[in-house]
Amino acid sequence: MSTTAPRKITRLRPRRTAQSPGRLLREIVEWIAASGFFLAGISSIVITAAIVFVLVYESLGFFREVSLVEFLTGTEWMPQFADPKYGILPLICGTLVTTAVALSVALPVGTIVAIYLSEFAPFFLREIVKPVLELLSAVPTVVYGYFALKFVAPLLQLVIPGLPTFNMLSAGLVMGIMIIPYVSSLSEDAMRSVPMLLREGSYALGGNRLWTSLRVVIPSAISGIGAAYILGISRAIGETMIVAIAAGMQPNFTLNPTQPAATITAYIVEVSLGDLPHASIGYASIFAAGFLLFCMTLVFNIGGQMLRRRYHQAY
Amino acid sequence: MPDVSQLIRYRKRQDLVFNLIGLACTLFGILALVVLLADLMIDGLPRLSWQFFTSWPSRFASRAGILPAWVGSLCVMSVTLVAAVPLGIAAAVYLEEYAPKNWLTALIEINIANLAGVPSIIYGLMALGIFYGAAELGLGLKRGILLAGVTLGLLVLPIVIVTTREALRSIPSTIREAAYAAGATKWQVVRYHLVPYSLGGIATGTIIAMSRAVGETAPLITIGALTFISYLPPSPIQSKSPFVSFEWLQSGFTVLPIQMFNWTSRPIADFQQNAAATGLVLIAFTLTMNAVAIVVRYRVRKKLKW
Repeated sequence: MSTTAPRKITRLRPRRTAQSPGRLLREIVEWIAASGFFLAGISSIVITAAIVFVLVYESLGFFREVSLVEFLTGTEWMPQFADPKYGILPLICGTLVTTAVALSVALPVGTIVAIYLSEFAPFFLREIVKPVLELLSAVPTVVYGYFALKFVAPLLQLVIPGLPTFNMLSAGLVMGIMIIPYVSSLSEDAMRSVPMLLREGSYALGGNRLWTSLRVVIPSAISGIGAAYILGISRAIGETMIVAIAAGMQPNFTLNPTQPAATITAYIVEVSLGDLPHASIGYASIFAAGFLLFCMTLVFNIGGQMLRRRYHQAY
Repeated sequence: MPDVSQLIRYRKRQDLVFNLIGLACTLFGILALVVLLADLMIDGLPRLSWQFFTSWPSRFASRAGILPAWVGSLCVMSVTLVAAVPLGIAAAVYLEEYAPKNWLTALIEINIANLAGVPSIIYGLMALGIFYGAAELGLGLKRGILLAGVTLGLLVLPIVIVTTREALRSIPSTIREAAYAAGATKWQVVRYHLVPYSLGGIATGTIIAMSRAVGETAPLITIGALTFISYLPPSPIQSKSPFVSFEWLQSGFTVLPIQMFNWTSRPIADFQQNAAATGLVLIAFTLTMNAVAIVVRYRVRKKLKW
């Protein structure tokens, strides 16, 4: 095969675009756009930094007056008294009890709904039910608070005589209803991303739908379901208005859900409603409480994210 | 030898039982929503009237209304919209189209997921801290509509970012390649192709974000939204030159959920009715917005066939 050198291309017109002013302008526009998008991209980091800075800065003022040990181990929270006590355990207790009540509703119901919608329900039912269920998380929390105080609490009083109007049980139950879609939606997504092959293998071995769901689908989707649970927990810890309205605002060091008690969030609301001067220690205490709340949810959020990433990688 | 047909019957019964349990749990969720709505309607519907929408709050429950509350809600929402949507879209475009694969991008990703889970009251504390910081620096930032709107904007920013990213990701890369092949620059691809094609998804995300913001109460309580207010923010359009005024941004305000919270925490039964009526208005707002979002999403999905 004979090779001939390719003919040299001769340019008929001189190359112009590289020097044209239009090109320069376009490059400036490109640069502005790219840096604008970059700034928007890092804005989320700025927001987090601002949150952490404000919480730490204002809490420092608080911890100059109150020792960290007293704050974390004290069992009395009485900031308004002449001899104020700043032990956050009662508030943590309130938060944990309402969260536990909420989870005892949301986790079982949410999981069963997820299994049902993912494995059992016919297609049309799922398409209708899923958006309707998600409306549950769209209802404003203040409306839920009203519902807990005016409907659920009187209803529970019929069942449990002597139940106070403000109690953690009704607040927690309603909070659980609110969290159902968070749990069910994410869990269902995880279950549906389990490959059909695994289910078919189980059916071929004689498994019915229930066993396939419990023994094959759930173990395969477990990290996604775990992520759903953890995000649900984080929601419950940070929920404010329901507990502020229906659980009472008095700090109460008890694990009994039929008692009224304040949560960390409810305390912040209570102080914000009053008119404390900026320099006072009571004012600084809401930032310390908020910082603790932020750390608690941060742990759960990061844990949930890590689990979620794992299930995304799995298939 | 076990009786196989009996075993099969037993297993089928198991499935049937779980089917019923699952249906019951699903219905429980829906029933809760229905009961909630019914409860609000029974309490609040008699109070809903023209007078209720056009009256000021009052010491007398029967004369009180939600005029400043819904006006305040609209004002705060408009600020939130302006604060959250452009920023959210831009951040999403950066993450999907511009961001290199490095630690900074990974950090931003984790950060956004994390921000979505931060309790709303923490945003309120941040805004409060910023307000006092601004006061110390001598900036004239008031506890007004601007601060509230921006706070809620930051709160719903992750929602806008996530939905916009999903919309951008669903645009096939052939569209981008075709545009580049025709000589478009990156900005031109974003401006004339990617953003217009993802408008449906962006609209869905925006509506959902707004419906979340309109019902948000806790962060506005911490920055000190007023519960009893007898004036409206000054009008943005003035009769005198320069005809446009931004004074309303600094005005004190109240919003629907705060008004409802205030009435709920009063012991008198008549005020509870007002609270229920306000709740109905609020829920009508959010449910309508969510329904619209579902319809938009459905239509966009149906229309787009890449």
